[in-house]
Amino acid sequence: MKIEAKNVNFFYGPDQVLRDISMSIKKNTVTALIGPSGCGKSTFLRLFNRMNDLIETAKLEGEILIDGVDIYNKNINVNELRKTIGMVFQKPNPFPKSIFENVAYGMKVNGITDKSIIEESVEESLKQAALWEEVKDKLKKSAFALSGGQQQRLCIARALAVKPSVLLMDEPASALDPISSIKIEELIYQLKASYTIMIVTHNMQQASRTSDKTAFFYMGELVEFDDTRTLFTNPKKERTQNYITGRFG
Amino acid sequence: MNIKEKIIEKGLLFCALLTILTTLGIIAVLVIQSVSFFKEVSFLDFITDTEWTPLFSNKHYGILPLFAGTFLTTFIAILVAVPIGLIIAIYLSEYAPKKLRNILKPALEVLAAVPTVVYGYFALVYVTPFLQNIFPSLSGFNSLSPGLMMGIMILPLVSSLSEDALYAVPKFLKEGSFALGATKFQTAWKVMVPAAFSGIAVSVILAISRAIGETMIVAIAAGQQPRLTMNPLVPVETATTYIVQVSMGDVPHDSIEYKTIFAVGMSLFVFTLVLNNISFWLKKRYQETYN
Repeated sequence: MKIEAKNVNFFYGPDQVLRDISMSIKKNTVTALIGPSGCGKSTFLRLFNRMNDLIETAKLEGEILIDGVDIYNKNINVNELRKTIGMVFQKPNPFPKSIFENVAYGMKVNGITDKSIIEESVEESLKQAALWEEVKDKLKKSAFALSGGQQQRLCIARALAVKPSVLLMDEPASALDPISSIKIEELIYQLKASYTIMIVTHNMQQASRTSDKTAFFYMGELVEFDDTRTLFTNPKKERTQNYITGRFG
Repeated sequence: MNIKEKIIEKGLLFCALLTILTTLGIIAVLVIQSVSFFKEVSFLDFITDTEWTPLFSNKHYGILPLFAGTFLTTFIAILVAVPIGLIIAIYLSEYAPKKLRNILKPALEVLAAVPTVVYGYFALVYVTPFLQNIFPSLSGFNSLSPGLMMGIMILPLVSSLSEDALYAVPKFLKEGSFALGATKFQTAWKVMVPAAFSGIAVSVILAISRAIGETMIVAIAAGQQPRLTMNPLVPVETATTYIVQVSMGDVPHDSIEYKTIFAVGMSLFVFTLVLNNISFWLKKRYQETYN
């Protein structure tokens, strides 16, 4: 198993936001996390690159394993860990730098100084993110000059440039128009060959189109976790059934 | 009821207009007096002559020595306030626990509440003698000591406004950097500071305006000798000090000596107006980038 969560409980101060969640994820698969707002799916996703560490009152019980290693172990260097786990956020968040510098940033902060290596990786990452053709002539331009959809693919390229093995995506298409959204979905499908992907989404069509497995969260609990096709056509729990047919959420 | 509302509305409008009219009145006086000054003194002399001696019998009207004094003291102040202020701002917004930040930030802002006359005497009575141990050639009046004190005075302006700017950078930008394995320092220096750059620049410009206009500290500790120099160890006179000197003296009204203070005041006004406009423009551009 590439990723495992074992009996995870998670708290913000006195509030428990995740309850006894266990889940195993295979290498090179796409797992969608769905559920109504506030169900804990984003919080769960952010456990895998320890992004919740930034919140002072956060507390975790249980284990998160990646390649069999407990990432909350005291010996783990968080910065090293985050290099191997890429993340794409809900809103495109390019840095106030040029397109090139955005993609090169991750390599530079990780001590890579060789110019030709950086240039090669930038090109490769932009190609992987299906953005190269659109930006190859304006790499020196500010990232803010790109459209929202292009900015989001730039952020994907930026994440890929540090060569992670896992890609976490937190509603990556929710702020985009339908066409940009489809492009991101196609991209996810292609990236599956080289990365293990977890994606949080509000959009159930998107979950069913892009993922192999789907996990339905409700009120901090993992209600159902199954093959995407099974979960959407033949859910075992009534709550899942109600959610995917649009009766609540 | 309707009449009452109208009276209130007109009353509020009157108050608003009063402040605008006061400002316009001040500008009008400055302009009228300056115009009559420049009828007697050529503008070219004013900006190119290297001596300022309107109170002597051999009169020269070159603003450069006064601006040199203003520039030198301001420069020293900025040299102190910007690096320290920026470091404090980064510490407060990126490193300090929330509780500590909520104590430290208001505590720093108290520095701005110290009356400037206190800074001035402190510079003259403590800082200058102390610095004379290090630089024996330092005069009793100089630009170094009031410059340093002025730096302390504008420090909270830089640290507080820069911290506001850093704090206002969207959280997801910081997370984006951390998610790539960047350390706290790398994130602060390479992402947060560039993202807050306009806000930080605005704070620096406001601090410069404040230092240029500062009067008490330099009047007390920098001296009253207009001198075209960049040597921080000798007495100088700033534009503001000159205005104090003449206003407090017994120069007859409507004499050319009297009009000099309006010409100097006008020059200062133009300077700070330009700086304020730059900061306004920067602020606007910044807001556009993030919306």
